[in-house]
Amino acid sequence: MNHRKLHHNSTAQNQNEQIPAASIPKTCGNQLYHFLWFSLIATCTKLLLIPAYHSTDFEVHRNWLALTHSLPLSQWYSDETSPWTLDYPPFFAYFEYFLSFFASMLDPTIVHLTDGLNSKSHLTILFQRLSVTLSDAVLFYGIYRITRKLDPKQKYLIWVLAVWAPGLIIVDHLHFQYNGFLLGMLLISLSALENGEDLLGGFAFAVLLCFKHLFAVAAPVYFVYLLRHYCRGGLVKGFGRLVVMGSVVVAVFAAAYGPFVYNGQIHQVLRRMFPFGRGLCHAYWAPNFWVFYIMFDKLLAFLLVKMGFHVKAPTASFTGGLVGDSSPFAVLPTITPLISLVLVLLSISPCLLKAWRDPKPSAVTRLVAYAYSCGFMFGWHVHEKASLHFVIPLAIIALKSVEDAKHYFFLSIVSCYSLFPLLYEAQEYPIKVLLLLLHAALMWFGLSSYFGAYVPKGDERSHSSAVVRNADFVIGWFGKSYLMGIVVVEICGQFLHPVVLGNKLPFLPLMMISIYSGFGMMYSWIWQLKWIIGSI
Amino acid sequence: MEKMKIRKNPPKPKFSDPDTGIWSWIVQRGTVASFICISLFALLVRVCVSLHPYSGAGNPPKYGDYEAQRHWMEITINLPVKEWYRNSTINDLNYWGLDYPPLTAYQSYFHGLILRCFDPKSVSLYTSRGYESYIGKLLMRWTVLSSDALIFFPAVLYFINVYYSGKPIKEKTSVAWHIALILLNPCLILIDHGHFQYNCISLGLTVAAVAAILSDRDVVGSVLFSLALNHKQMSAYFAPAFFSYLLGKCLRQQNPVIEVAKLGLAVLGTFAVVWSPYLYSAEASLEVLSRLAPFERGIYEDYVANFWCTTSILVKWKRLLNMQPLKLLSLTATISACLPSMIQLIWKPRKSSFLYGLLNSALAFYLFSFQVHEKSILLPLLPASFLAMEKPFVLLWLTQNALVSMFPLLTRDKLIIPYIALHGLFILLYHLPGGRQHKKETQSSFGTLRLFLLSCFLVLHVVYLTIAPPRKYPFLFEAVIMLLCFSQFVVIFLYTNTKQWTPSKLSALSTEAKKHL
Repeated sequence: MNHRKLHHNSTAQNQNEQIPAASIPKTCGNQLYHFLWFSLIATCTKLLLIPAYHSTDFEVHRNWLALTHSLPLSQWYSDETSPWTLDYPPFFAYFEYFLSFFASMLDPTIVHLTDGLNSKSHLTILFQRLSVTLSDAVLFYGIYRITRKLDPKQKYLIWVLAVWAPGLIIVDHLHFQYNGFLLGMLLISLSALENGEDLLGGFAFAVLLCFKHLFAVAAPVYFVYLLRHYCRGGLVKGFGRLVVMGSVVVAVFAAAYGPFVYNGQIHQVLRRMFPFGRGLCHAYWAPNFWVFYIMFDKLLAFLLVKMGFHVKAPTASFTGGLVGDSSPFAVLPTITPLISLVLVLLSISPCLLKAWRDPKPSAVTRLVAYAYSCGFMFGWHVHEKASLHFVIPLAIIALKSVEDAKHYFFLSIVSCYSLFPLLYEAQEYPIKVLLLLLHAALMWFGLSSYFGAYVPKGDERSHSSAVVRNADFVIGWFGKSYLMGIVVVEICGQFLHPVVLGNKLPFLPLMMISIYSGFGMMYSWIWQLKWIIGSI
Repeated sequence: MEKMKIRKNPPKPKFSDPDTGIWSWIVQRGTVASFICISLFALLVRVCVSLHPYSGAGNPPKYGDYEAQRHWMEITINLPVKEWYRNSTINDLNYWGLDYPPLTAYQSYFHGLILRCFDPKSVSLYTSRGYESYIGKLLMRWTVLSSDALIFFPAVLYFINVYYSGKPIKEKTSVAWHIALILLNPCLILIDHGHFQYNCISLGLTVAAVAAILSDRDVVGSVLFSLALNHKQMSAYFAPAFFSYLLGKCLRQQNPVIEVAKLGLAVLGTFAVVWSPYLYSAEASLEVLSRLAPFERGIYEDYVANFWCTTSILVKWKRLLNMQPLKLLSLTATISACLPSMIQLIWKPRKSSFLYGLLNSALAFYLFSFQVHEKSILLPLLPASFLAMEKPFVLLWLTQNALVSMFPLLTRDKLIIPYIALHGLFILLYHLPGGRQHKKETQSSFGTLRLFLLSCFLVLHVVYLTIAPPRKYPFLFEAVIMLLCFSQFVVIFLYTNTKQWTPSKLSALSTEAKKHL
């Protein structure tokens, strides 16, 4: 019996060593079960969060349920009963329309345009929270699809990173949004591209754009990549494919916007989707390039005043719109949406070049993630939540090399920390801290085991005394001290600030968080840029 | 290129089961790594559950257990120690008077001080009755959370270290699974962090006591168990097992009398220290003691799935007998139910049977003792979770029944969502891919019966939540739940008793393996 066991043991190891693919068919059913296990654990945790704090986005989405349910399509984008008007593309409106049927079955006041305003009944909360939790099925499918070809070891780790991503839980299940479902579509599209199914990938991306237009930042990358990868093979064949792809995309957009064009509402739809007059930064500054720009301006103004120059104090705020010709900056030139757009395109250009010269399916996820980081760094009125757009896709490729793993470890902690100000109430404080700690611990053990050399100490039999040496996965002293700095910033902002300064300078802790995470984001962006330039 | 090589040759798991590969990255980092991750997750789950309402939230005039605990803090920080258990114009014992042993009172005092620091209004004498606020709820919740993290969690780590030291390597891969099942016991989380109680403290002390005894530190174990007893008198459910195991062990020593005296002194000393403020006169100590045994509350409460409540459908115990004979009857019933397990422990005080003994005596108390509450099922659940490796099926079966038996209580507390989520979480963790080596038991012939019972429970839940009971029998559904659960508990009780008497093959095998080594 002992002998048989030994034999079995060695064959399993051999399989592991030779071709991981060989063991996949054997454990295929298992894999799905394992994946379901991971996602159900996440779902159970999300269910527990139902009564937690939710932001005004909760009422935004409730209002959209109500207006799509009670009004004809032609008035969806012109209704002004509530200040939270519909400003997502039509597919999202259809999605809300679809949900509203179930909502009205549960409780008609949820979808009542005026009676339902600010409704916070148990049923409303239950329904809305459940709709987010259930729509996460798309995210799970996307993750499962994009990881299905990896070997089991990588799969498990990536599932830990993506299925249990703390940022998504904070934004979707506490703050309240539907990002999981949208990112799921992005992952489906990326998995199709990685698999060479370009048409499906293009289709899924077009659908995604009609759900949330913010994802359009990656559209140039998609365009160049599909043009070079899908529409190749001679002039005639290439042109034919271009026509096919073009008609698929046009068909998707027609399905989304057609009814509004028919109703003569298209101008109104576009006006809502692209509201001009919002400021450069969101109320809480997203940790991007503009934070440094603003701080540099303040510093310059301070120095010039010290040196005796007369500097006019700015009258406008960064977060509000541009009022007249006054500028929110004291010294540096004002930033207009056009400048921001040009900067985004400029920063994307290396990855466009890469996509043009070498459209490899295996690199597409990285290129798209990079495009979203550019949008995040230089975009106009960027929300801190937008960092999820590249953190989640990067999770998928975190195991490609040890450098990727280190970068991801660093980035996902910074990104999650930069989401902390979204939950400012005391009740959720332990939740966000525990989410981040748990994620960091799982990542640390997972990545360092995966990349660490495994050195058994002494006898083979003494498994317990084996030592794991992190030969490769090492966060240097600089990275470590930066991450420790997060703890310092958090303690200063949350505990020392109220004691020392009381109610004075209430925005200082937030500013500290966004500046500090800004450094981390900047590092991540430069790291990605370097990778892309290095690979051209 | 070299990096690639290393990656192609990932750390080889030492086990053949393909499922265990899932967790190899954490298992190979040792028990502490798994413990850190699992306890962070367990804490997260606890915080999430604590978002939900507590018992008696917004329900004057008596509120619920939350108000009781808050009231104890109010009393203990505003009155001198001697007045805590005494009825007076200031301390109205009819309004949630202190009826737990002194250690609970000290803990209330300590937590009361913290509350007074941050929210003085919540513990001010008299005016704070029925006080409910956002920050007050948070602080109260955080006191439970910190007690859990500081007492229960380290105790579990201690237990796991002791339990798995010297076990064969093969079993070590399941350590994480075992930790998760103990730390994420849905009943304990729902009662402590949902309903609102501090069971984690007395249970944590018990866990530590068990671990100390398993590592042959009998004196430490006795002290810890005495502390548990002094935090919640309900810990006495375990006393027969502790008593008979330690007695049996002492009898096998060279000087039994000295050994017994040592342990006796440790216990008496602990009690003396805890009770010191009340030892100045016999009257004072009796006053406290009388508060701890609330016989006037009747032989059972609500619809608890124990012998007295279930049989009361046929035999009206409360009408048939007076208090005194009832007390006597329940005492004899409890002792005779404990007896087989106690005799076995005295006769053969082995560590594996000690764990069974804990389970059996706690179940015997739950089924037959006086004044049992639904929440008391937490006590048998604890040793059942110790035995998760040997008898996973018993833990699953007992936990599910315990959850169902508490369902009416949790519905009253508006804790249905966490009930569903934690039930799901427990089942998922139990079926953790690659978590457990011994899968024989789940494929037992009871499969169909189990499926039938599970579907019964599912239907019952839906019926309970949606259909109003007939007017003639307003507690019909509670009675049905109680009957079902009681029958399961009795079956489990009989099964674990026979298991205690028949030495398990598994432990026999492992001792054999040790001999070979």
